[in-house]
Amino acid sequence: MMRFLLLFSRQGKLRLQKWFMPMSEREKKKIIRDMTTMVLARQPRTCNFLHWKDLKIIYKRYASLYFCLAVESQENELLALEIIHRYVELLDKYFGNVCELDIIFNFEKAYFILDEFLMGGEIQETSKQIVNRSIEASDMLQEGDNSEWYEVELFG
Amino acid sequence: MPAPIRLRELIRTIRTARTQAEEREMIQKECAAIRSSFREEDNTYRCRNVAKLLYMHMLGYPAHFGQLECLKLIASQKFTDKRIGYLGAMLLLDERQDVHLLMTNCIKNDLNHSTQYVQGLALCTLGCMGSSEMCRDLAGEVEKLLKTSNSYLRKKAALCAVHVIRKVPELMEMFLPATKNLLSEKNHGVLHTSVVLLTEMCERSPDMLAHFRKLVPQLVRILKNLIMSGYSPEHDVSGISDPFLQVRILRLLRILGKSDDDSSEAMNDILAQVATNTETSKNVGNAILYETVLTIMDIKSESGLRVLAINILGRFLLNNDKNIRYVALTSLLKTVQTDHNAVQRHRSTIVDCLKDLDVSIKRRAMELSFALVNGNNIRGMMKELLYFLDSCDPEFKADCASGVFLAAEKYAPSKRWHIDTIMRVLTTAGSYVRDDSVPNLIQLITNSVEMHAYTVQRLYKALLDDISQQPLVQVASWCIGEYGDLLVSGQCEEEEPIQVTEDEVLDVLEGLLVSNLSTPVTRGYALTAIMKLSTRFSSVNRIKKVVSIYGSSIDVELQQRAVEYNALFKKYDHMRPALLERMPIMEKTATNGPTEIVQTNGETEPSVVEAKHPPPVTQPANQANDLLDLLGGNDVVPVIQTTMPTKPASAGGELLDLLGDLSLSGAPAPAPAPSVPTSQPSFLLDGLSSQPLFNDIAAAGIPPMTAYSKNGLKIDFTFERANPNPNIAVITIHASNSTEADMTDFVFQAAVPKTFQLQLLSPSSNVVPALNQGTVTQVIRVLNLQKQQLRMRIKLTYTHKGSPVQDLAEVNNFPPQSWQ
Repeated sequence: MMRFLLLFSRQGKLRLQKWFMPMSEREKKKIIRDMTTMVLARQPRTCNFLHWKDLKIIYKRYASLYFCLAVESQENELLALEIIHRYVELLDKYFGNVCELDIIFNFEKAYFILDEFLMGGEIQETSKQIVNRSIEASDMLQEGDNSEWYEVELFG
Repeated sequence: MPAPIRLRELIRTIRTARTQAEEREMIQKECAAIRSSFREEDNTYRCRNVAKLLYMHMLGYPAHFGQLECLKLIASQKFTDKRIGYLGAMLLLDERQDVHLLMTNCIKNDLNHSTQYVQGLALCTLGCMGSSEMCRDLAGEVEKLLKTSNSYLRKKAALCAVHVIRKVPELMEMFLPATKNLLSEKNHGVLHTSVVLLTEMCERSPDMLAHFRKLVPQLVRILKNLIMSGYSPEHDVSGISDPFLQVRILRLLRILGKSDDDSSEAMNDILAQVATNTETSKNVGNAILYETVLTIMDIKSESGLRVLAINILGRFLLNNDKNIRYVALTSLLKTVQTDHNAVQRHRSTIVDCLKDLDVSIKRRAMELSFALVNGNNIRGMMKELLYFLDSCDPEFKADCASGVFLAAEKYAPSKRWHIDTIMRVLTTAGSYVRDDSVPNLIQLITNSVEMHAYTVQRLYKALLDDISQQPLVQVASWCIGEYGDLLVSGQCEEEEPIQVTEDEVLDVLEGLLVSNLSTPVTRGYALTAIMKLSTRFSSVNRIKKVVSIYGSSIDVELQQRAVEYNALFKKYDHMRPALLERMPIMEKTATNGPTEIVQTNGETEPSVVEAKHPPPVTQPANQANDLLDLLGGNDVVPVIQTTMPTKPASAGGELLDLLGDLSLSGAPAPAPAPSVPTSQPSFLLDGLSSQPLFNDIAAAGIPPMTAYSKNGLKIDFTFERANPNPNIAVITIHASNSTEADMTDFVFQAAVPKTFQLQLLSPSSNVVPALNQGTVTQVIRVLNLQKQQLRMRIKLTYTHKGSPVQDLAEVNNFPPQSWQ
């Protein structure tokens, strides 16, 4: 299973954190520090895999964002790269040419999309279209709520 | 109270902060506003406020005061609220918090909600962070949803079930019925999560594994359809249909096929098909191939398939993509034990990877290279590995050096090559060599008897160049101390002997003592080496001076040694030659690796070896006294252990004990060691075999003799001269038994007149087999400084046919050459 997924900028600012196993705040902070240090220190043309404790770390940079996925040792690293790529594609489809700012200002949406793609450290849905449709439908439900209020977009 | 600002606005504002302090101020202000808003129990803006809190939490600020608010949101009827509430719960709450359990009821209700997206939220939250109690409470609901026809919910329920099983394994059984027709789903999401669920169950329970083996044909069919089916836009990734599902199925097949011939056979064809038909131009195809290879290697596949798998890995090694090369090396490392020959074929490619720029790849390549070294390729491989050692990063050097030593020890084609390799490592990576390598290397060097002169010469030359690498310096000091006489005598056969005087050698060693580069341990080695040279060199006065200087050294270890060596010069000068004579070959403890030998300055202290000793005789002291009585009192001294070259600082205390013992040697003291192997490993090289130690050193042609022959027990003595000290005679006893019953608990004891000193080493065993089927051998070393006629009293005890036997005898028929 996957253990955690982190998104951070080139300056090490955290943009998203998904934990698939319970951990204390202190442990999470330490892991975030370790990951950002390790990944940002990597040379440009090295492979995308690292070892950290008993986990495999797969990371990939998309524009200004680093995607860092930690998996258990029996997982397939090459497929983990595909998982990261699929998530980026989903974000891209939803936001249209997604960039870091989209994820900063709409972080909750990024989480919602992730929660339709992965769950409990495993892949939940392998079809891009189905994930997108679920998100759109949920968004519609949300709008159904909001139409009672004069603010159409509660989240700005 | 003005409406709380919107989330986006807050984000925009916070991003304008130019310093950390400014940001903190904004956040504190907003948190205060949010707190008062929470206090007002405002339903309208709760959602917005929690969302802002989550943003601030991501920046690293505390947000625990929002936990209860998340629960309130979850309980709300609005979907918007629930969405944020569940997200907040997943981010802020985990099973360590008490409030966590309050969610249970909400989740239960939402699991039965009329809207599937609400049910989905509940399943997701439960499946991500449900505690064991929650899982227990809600497992029934999950199981129900696992049987629904709604594929959206079914796939989430499956993963939720996986989480429940991980948290509460006992609940696994209840999900079994629901798995019945999971695989007949067309929906890929459900299929994928079902395979995950089945995998989890099979991994946790052998019964489940056996039960689900019948699914192999179905899984094979699904996989086949995926491969053969045409383009499916919904699941296509670079021309491959649903690679995620393919990989997952391959993994489940791996688990099902492991150790099961029938299942393995059933999946043989499909594996071959996947292996040959998958597109390898993109990462996704290689991901599937990788998983296929792992599966082939784990199940009971036929050899053709295994070779195919290794060849795929071999092709991976040549791929431009670093990730693929890395993955290939990792997999080859896993298979190198089982499919050694197949992997050997790719050896040259693997060795090329040592030159890769990527650190992870280099490390894997190094590990794999060491695994591939064997007697045939040792020379070539070692060349590459030594080149790698020269140029690699410091983080690799220690491991590489250890690996080189191990490989060299196992497969060295010649002693000279071995020594040369050791030298190369010490000189190029000397400071990275592990501490435990030093004693191991010393032991190796002592064993290569004919190379002593060559070794000490090379080490000496290396010292002249560089004294900064401590392991090299330590080994070199030890060797110079031991073989310094060979060094100055210019005896080297292997290469041009160098001209070096005793003073030059002592200069070098003294240089080590004063150098800032030397660690305390190294200084200890150097001092002991100088001391040892006092019996090998003639410049004894110079050595005495050095030793006495260090008697007042600040370093306690060094001081202790120097004081003891001084004592050796003053009070025990007659013991000095025996104490400091050449070390015999050290035998390694049989089963354990090099690290088991705890050596300090060249002495073995194998506590392990004690297990090999026969059980010590109960009252050695008394028996020694018995011998004394028989021989008429003070005529004879019971056997004492002569000490070997003095131990360094860490055993300094014992050295003092030894000197204490020696002072008692006149009296029939019980303290001196009995004539059977003692539990005092400190001074003896207990690990020595009892075979004659100096076979290759010319025996003076002393004829053997029969010392004792009675009741079927015969004891023969054979003789060697110890080199370089001609005053020591080495006698090997050979005990044989011509009766029909074994002689067990056999113990041989000996006593000599006071003018002699005797050392008894451990016997080869304590059972003399019947009918001359074997002999027990034991080595006796006799120091005969006064050149008197050798006499010996021996005592034999053993058990024969159930009854104990004891006998005493005097041995007077020693050939004159043995003591003259």
